[in-house]
Amino acid sequence: MSARQPVLSGRNIVKHYGRVTAIDHADFDLYPGEILAVIGDNGAGKSSLIKVLSGAVIPDEGEVRLNGEIIRFTSPIEARDAGIETVYQNLALSPALSIADNMFLGREIRKPGFSGKYLRMLDRKAMERIARDKLSDLGLMTIQNIAQAVETLSGGQRQGVAVARAAAFGSKVIILDEPTAALGVKESRKVLELIQDVRSRGMPIVLISHNMPHVFEVADRIHVHRLGKRLCVVDPKMASMSDAVALMTGAKQPEASMMAA
Amino acid sequence: MSETTRRDGDYEASLKDSDTAVAAFKRRRRGFFGNVQHFLHGSPTMVPVIVLLLSVAAFGFVAPNFFSAFNLSLIMQQVAIVGILAAAQSLVILTAGIDLSVAAVMVMISVIMGRLSVEFGIPVPIAIVIGFFCGAGTGVLNGLLVTKVRLPPFITTLGTWNVFLALNYYFSNRETIRSQTLDAEAPLLKVFGERFNIGGAVLTWGVVLMVAIFAVLWYVLNRTAWGRHVYAIGDDKEAAELAGIRTDRTLVSVYMVAGIICALAAWASIGRVGSVSPTSFFEANLESITAVVIGGISLFGGRGSILGPMIGAIIVGVFNSGLRLAGVDVLWQLFATGWLIIIAVAIDQWIRKISS
Repeated sequence: MSARQPVLSGRNIVKHYGRVTAIDHADFDLYPGEILAVIGDNGAGKSSLIKVLSGAVIPDEGEVRLNGEIIRFTSPIEARDAGIETVYQNLALSPALSIADNMFLGREIRKPGFSGKYLRMLDRKAMERIARDKLSDLGLMTIQNIAQAVETLSGGQRQGVAVARAAAFGSKVIILDEPTAALGVKESRKVLELIQDVRSRGMPIVLISHNMPHVFEVADRIHVHRLGKRLCVVDPKMASMSDAVALMTGAKQPEASMMAA
Repeated sequence: MSETTRRDGDYEASLKDSDTAVAAFKRRRRGFFGNVQHFLHGSPTMVPVIVLLLSVAAFGFVAPNFFSAFNLSLIMQQVAIVGILAAAQSLVILTAGIDLSVAAVMVMISVIMGRLSVEFGIPVPIAIVIGFFCGAGTGVLNGLLVTKVRLPPFITTLGTWNVFLALNYYFSNRETIRSQTLDAEAPLLKVFGERFNIGGAVLTWGVVLMVAIFAVLWYVLNRTAWGRHVYAIGDDKEAAELAGIRTDRTLVSVYMVAGIICALAAWASIGRVGSVSPTSFFEANLESITAVVIGGISLFGGRGSILGPMIGAIIVGVFNSGLRLAGVDVLWQLFATGWLIIIAVAIDQWIRKISS
């Protein structure tokens, strides 16, 4: 393992909220081209860990490295600029704005020349074209009209737009927080395919999920978080779902045979 | 992976034969009302436009002289000030806020512009520029209270409304600057009251200013990133924040622009009234909110077109003028305005149901 360098890693991360220790000297490693699932019981601190990685929370101690270099994010915008895109559980889409507007929210393209520079006019055509390209890349162009409001889309379509946005702009890492939690069976399937499709382009993905079948289906390695730290990393081919649940609830101690290489 | 799928108990195997077009956009049959709802959802300005056309037609039929160019242009003159304030109000309401201080800011700044020019002998253009800075300052104060102190906009502006009103009385000494004084010493302050003729219609530069402000705001809100951010913040502030918008900075800028527009309204109001009175435009606050609501901008933020409030202000003007020309008691103007507000918000709620 030491031969490969992690894309994103954390060492000895600590975060206190008042007297509560949310993260207790946790480690984290994401390798190139893999899907790393992060599982853990409620309150285990996995959300806090993810927020540290995505820049939404500043850790009290420890270091985060991106491609080997220490980084200190003070806001999600900085993490995004560094190439880490996060799809939040609540999607972070604006329902009344169009699909294209949403994909480019916060990083709009302006027209070249006078109208863009001095009148700050947006280049709608370019944004709509890129949005359409990105969506059809991911096989989502059953969405008819790129100018339609996001609120007219189904849950799966919205998730698709959010994932497409992350895939379009994330250059190094994509973090997905419970992407299938609010979706039906068929829509979940579509999103899982989308995730695998994104990985096949070589993009490493962090997947936070409570859904064991989904985790075991797509993950290359499973990071089990317990009591504020990484308990172990299991290989989904060597361990069963009940093993994973037993580990994250503390019913079982990690065994060498289950560990990921 | 096939191994793990087997372990899952294969509960999804039956999906193989199911409809694979998961994200397909199904065309539902909507019926007449559904189609109307969708149309209005897509073009929110159409409600006020239809109301305006219907009311103009109705009053033209009932009230003699209503259709004269003179009367129609008089309506425009009457709604110009409230219309400009409604432009400022719209910006704030689009961010899911409300600004109760717009009228107080306007009156205070008209007093500042007037007193500086007349009492302190400051050159009028400089007095006007100072007025604009004061307007921007009031907006920044509101914006900082909303974003940094995290007070609800309603409470913030309820407070600053009273503060600005008090300052207004302080600066003015509760005295009116008379029209003749302004004519002699600061005619530039009355420039927006000057009239010109276009084919029997008498318009003031104040009317032109109102239309220009709405045109500029339309461009900014629809064709620039800042405008899209204003909508996104009103729609869902947290989502906008996570998408990387600096929401606090944008909000402060919204209140600041609203304050500058109030200063423009102040300048225009001196032309409209002819004098500078610290007790004028007492009802303009609520009238501006009325225009915004009738114009189809949602009080919950993020929805509606900026052109709606201009039409909303004109609708109120049309009702007042039409009812007066028809010889109806003034109280029925209030009655009609009240129902317009209620119906406008009811329609807004109905249109918003489309997302569920």
